[in-house]
Amino acid sequence: MSELTLFLIRIAFLAILWIFVLSAISVIRSDMFGARVPETARGGAPAPSRKSNGKPRKPRRGAPTHLLVVEGENAGIRAELTDAPLLIGRGSDAAIKLDDDYVSTRHARVAASGDEWFVEDLGSTNGTYVGPVRITQPTTIGLGVQVRVGKTILELRK
Amino acid sequence: MGFVHRRRRGAELFLLVLALVVGIGAYAAVGLGVEGTVPADLVGYGGWLTALIVAAHVTVRLVAPYADPVLLPLVAALNGLGLAVLRRLDLTYEANGLDQHTFARQQLTWMTLGVVLFIATLVLLRDHRVLQRFTYTAGLTGILLLILPFLPFVGREINGARIWINVAGFSFQPGEVAKVMLVIAFAGYLVLHRDALALAGRRVVFVDLPRGRDLGPIMAMFGVSMMILVLQNDLGSSLLFFGLFLVMLYVATERPGWLVVGGLLFGAGALAAYTFVGNVQNRFNFWLRPMDYYDDSPGSFQLVEALFGQGWGGLIGRGFGNGFPERVPFAYSDFIVSTIGEELGLTAVMAIILCYGLIVERALRIALISRDGFGKLLAVGLGAIVALQVFVVIGGVTGLIPLTGLTTPFLSYGGSSLVANWVVVALLLRVSDQARRPAPRLEPVDDSGADSETTQVVKLR
Repeated sequence: MSELTLFLIRIAFLAILWIFVLSAISVIRSDMFGARVPETARGGAPAPSRKSNGKPRKPRRGAPTHLLVVEGENAGIRAELTDAPLLIGRGSDAAIKLDDDYVSTRHARVAASGDEWFVEDLGSTNGTYVGPVRITQPTTIGLGVQVRVGKTILELRK
Repeated sequence: MGFVHRRRRGAELFLLVLALVVGIGAYAAVGLGVEGTVPADLVGYGGWLTALIVAAHVTVRLVAPYADPVLLPLVAALNGLGLAVLRRLDLTYEANGLDQHTFARQQLTWMTLGVVLFIATLVLLRDHRVLQRFTYTAGLTGILLLILPFLPFVGREINGARIWINVAGFSFQPGEVAKVMLVIAFAGYLVLHRDALALAGRRVVFVDLPRGRDLGPIMAMFGVSMMILVLQNDLGSSLLFFGLFLVMLYVATERPGWLVVGGLLFGAGALAAYTFVGNVQNRFNFWLRPMDYYDDSPGSFQLVEALFGQGWGGLIGRGFGNGFPERVPFAYSDFIVSTIGEELGLTAVMAIILCYGLIVERALRIALISRDGFGKLLAVGLGAIVALQVFVVIGGVTGLIPLTGLTTPFLSYGGSSLVANWVVVALLLRVSDQARRPAPRLEPVDDSGADSETTQVVKLR
């Protein structure tokens, strides 16, 4: 193997190494701002879920069907998830109206996105907790996960 | 929010192909440089490497479609290059009649295990927030893993550091797994307690100093890292664990006061170690005046040879097979960067450091866009592990800071480290998948009737 060939091999390898690094950087650069959401997807039909074609959503087996107050003043009150999004609060327009002094008028909301259920805090005074954590963004909740608003605890049930 | 993140799986595939070219090309170049021919097992080797990478890529496509596109290729390229360099050292060790000349083969086995665990982590862990439930379990496991090498029968001392355990013929460094556990524990703990750590305290000359009673965790962590230093004689890990905790504490609380406290503690600890632990004093002397201790035992022989090698490598290196990296006894583990510096030169070392820089940048980026506090801290912690490890080891090998033994992530020979680092990457990809996934689309609420003036505020005390 001649000196020159080895030199060329070395240069070629270093070039490949740097081509790799620079392509990685260019992918990062093009990824910096993500992609614009197409207007149709953003403004158009609410929740463009693939499943909402035709017949009203039929709950799958094992999917939650209602939201139940399990602890607090109004324990036992329930709201069907078919009426979603459900508003939780002390206001008269709330789907689950709570007589809890620590709950805001419009406290939180339970809504679906695809197959998953989310709880979202609506800027309440005392916050909404999923488990021990005060939520700051729409958070997925499953069956039996305890959502606490004020002194009241709610759960998704089958 | 006007945009969503694209999936970018195609870009990832493109970069992975390039990464494979880097890995397999390096392997071919090693054969050409050392033996003069293309290695006979190039197809088998390349095929195995490709299969591993494709398996990882397909898993990401299936279970983490929105994950960051750059992390996996960077890791694949570093790992492939590391394998080739180990192969190059093996060939020389074999020619010199040394017993241990199968580092590359063993490393490939460990990489296979690492990729299997990578896939398992991504498949089994669909939401990183689940890990928050195991905050204290993870912390306890981490501490236990650190203690494990001291137990009789399983613990083993290699090269003066008691950081190994021996199970069924395999030796393993539990500390490598412990660091992942501790990141999970710190993230879970800090996300719950950061308010107390961030808000309480008093202000002394522009710096908010924390409250005395909040010093508990930081003192505990300081104790643990001092214990590692004194009992295990392992300066590198001690630095890594304490630095990791400090970074996460700073990120969680946004208070420079913690850095001041931690820096002072670390300074005091380093001074104490310098005074009382002979090993540490030696390391400092070797760093300041390497040439003076060349012939001593223990001496700076290894560091000086590494510096010579890197100097001789120059800008573009001597080429694979034309250097003498075997003069450095630990060329295959701690000093792998000096091997690369000698044979591929500064150009390749810069590329490698840039790759690590990009890995850390991606980790911090993931932390920025992550929507939950736990994910943010987890990503920062995992990024900090890589950053600290690379800084400590490459800084040591190049003579920037006193040399401390740590593995170079993905490059060095070392099964435990490689496996643990693949899991670190899997966790980062999981967090980034959650972070880059478009936010759930919930219809906006009409806030006109909202008034919460009559709502009582929960008294916090």
